[in-house]
Amino acid sequence: MSGYVLLRHRDIPDLHKLDVYLANGGFAAFKKAVTAMKPEEVLKEVMDSGLRGRGGAGFPTGVKWSFLPNKIWPHYVVANADESEPGTFKDRELLESNPFQFLEGLMLSCYAVQANVGYVYLRGEFWRIAGQIDGCIADLEAAGLLGEKLYGSDYSLRLYTHLGAGAYICGEETALLESIEGNLGQPRLRPPFPATAGLYGKPTVINNVETLANVPPIIERGAAWYRTFGTEKSPGVKIFSLSGNINKPGNYELPLGTTFRELIYTHGGGIPGGRGVKAIMAAGASSTLILANDQSLDTPMDYESTQQLGAPLGSASVIVIDDSVNIAWLVRKTVNFFKHESCGKCTPCREGTFWMDNIARRLISGQGSLKDIDLLYNVASQMQGKCLCALGEFSTMAVASGIEKFRKDFEALVKT
Amino acid sequence: MNELQKQYPDEIRQILAKYPPEYKRSAVMPLLHLAQRQNGHVSPSAIDEIAEILDVSPTDVVSVAGFYTLFHLEEGGRYRIQICTDLPCALRGAEHFLKAVCEELGVAVGETTPDGLFTVEEVKCLAACHRAPMFQLQGDGEIAYHEDQTIEKFRALVNDLRRHAQTHKEAA
Repeated sequence: MSGYVLLRHRDIPDLHKLDVYLANGGFAAFKKAVTAMKPEEVLKEVMDSGLRGRGGAGFPTGVKWSFLPNKIWPHYVVANADESEPGTFKDRELLESNPFQFLEGLMLSCYAVQANVGYVYLRGEFWRIAGQIDGCIADLEAAGLLGEKLYGSDYSLRLYTHLGAGAYICGEETALLESIEGNLGQPRLRPPFPATAGLYGKPTVINNVETLANVPPIIERGAAWYRTFGTEKSPGVKIFSLSGNINKPGNYELPLGTTFRELIYTHGGGIPGGRGVKAIMAAGASSTLILANDQSLDTPMDYESTQQLGAPLGSASVIVIDDSVNIAWLVRKTVNFFKHESCGKCTPCREGTFWMDNIARRLISGQGSLKDIDLLYNVASQMQGKCLCALGEFSTMAVASGIEKFRKDFEALVKT
Repeated sequence: MNELQKQYPDEIRQILAKYPPEYKRSAVMPLLHLAQRQNGHVSPSAIDEIAEILDVSPTDVVSVAGFYTLFHLEEGGRYRIQICTDLPCALRGAEHFLKAVCEELGVAVGETTPDGLFTVEEVKCLAACHRAPMFQLQGDGEIAYHEDQTIEKFRALVNDLRRHAQTHKEAA
């Protein structure tokens, strides 16, 4: 593969400036859409491309857009820039260094569903980036690319940023909407889904930053071109955030279907000190732990193949765990994260994460018993399928898979 | 006009313009960020003022402020040193770094230095896993990332901030 599709700023200096972005083909796709394509043609191109949501769920993007009813107006599009999953830092690089490609994707999404207002919800820690995006929006308004009657058409569009304030749960799309509406970031009961009753009760599309950054090249070069990357069911490129025990941590844009081995050893430069890989987390703290062996290392990282290991690909934030790490310690880390981030709305998650954290802490401090290992596993199992949103479910993944695959690590910490 | 409106008339107008007029409650988080800009925390009177601007009860405003970790209802250090010790950072030595920072400043996690300048906090993932150890510095109305940290780099920053605080008694 030559050249980047998403991380183009690595080849083109100053791509975060509007004139540079325009000089490199920027907004050709948006102009083409508004002047020469019907909204449904934009939607169809994205649907045909097979693009799937890059925030973690992997839901087909075009299908998501198509759910908005044409009888209820206005429509809204919200970009989810709340990137908070431990191990994930891909959206941040796009927002910082290639912001206009993301914004053009957001604008194309707005046009496809005929939204006249779009919001960018940024995590509060991205305070500095939010200021930069505000500057980008002002530049677009000054250049006539945002505003009234764009390109002489009847289409008008305004974008606004909304800054969060430190809450992982706001990456969950209905909690994010609550947060914009000025409420606590707590998920809504579904149905109704945001596609019919989202922001201010109106039909709403919520897309991840990376997902949106894929849209301009798809509209410019076509769905067939996009499908030359990746696999049949998982087309396109993906940014893999690589972290943990790895020589060269960072973001790697690769076709979906690249193997774990290629990411870790060819791109990531292997493990410090030449140690062995013990486990892989493909979806950040929400991961089901993957036992590292030849079979798993040679597994292609696409939505279907990774799932066959029993572990969703999620947002493809790959955390590498070397053979010096005790998995019980790791599990405590993940559980403590979810305990802290649980919004408190539903009982299984609020209480479950609290007790899992308590038991896991007891185990790693050497105060636990063999029964505690079973109790921890039991709490995780009891939570599964009972929580209001995915956060509660995610909190059990490393616990259950950790005890199933690395029970010896837990037993080693128990007083005998 | 209340104090907040007198102090930031343009900012408040711009914030309210982002949302449909019938849903101005949406502005509660931006206004909390604004109210916190000068002193690093949201005072009880600012809570009342935000409630007045948005036609909601002070309880609504304070519940939102209490839910999100970046809003502070109580006074802390002028600079909050928020060190990520989540899993990816911990695999790259963040817990040792936290300990070294606490020793350097002579405080425990959650405590503030006697000069009122620094509070050390342990926080969750900040999307900088590849540049750990790292922390964000919340203070003077800003949030800045400091990545690929060592205790030497940290010491230099602390010295800079101490000098800055001597010449600038308050946030700009």
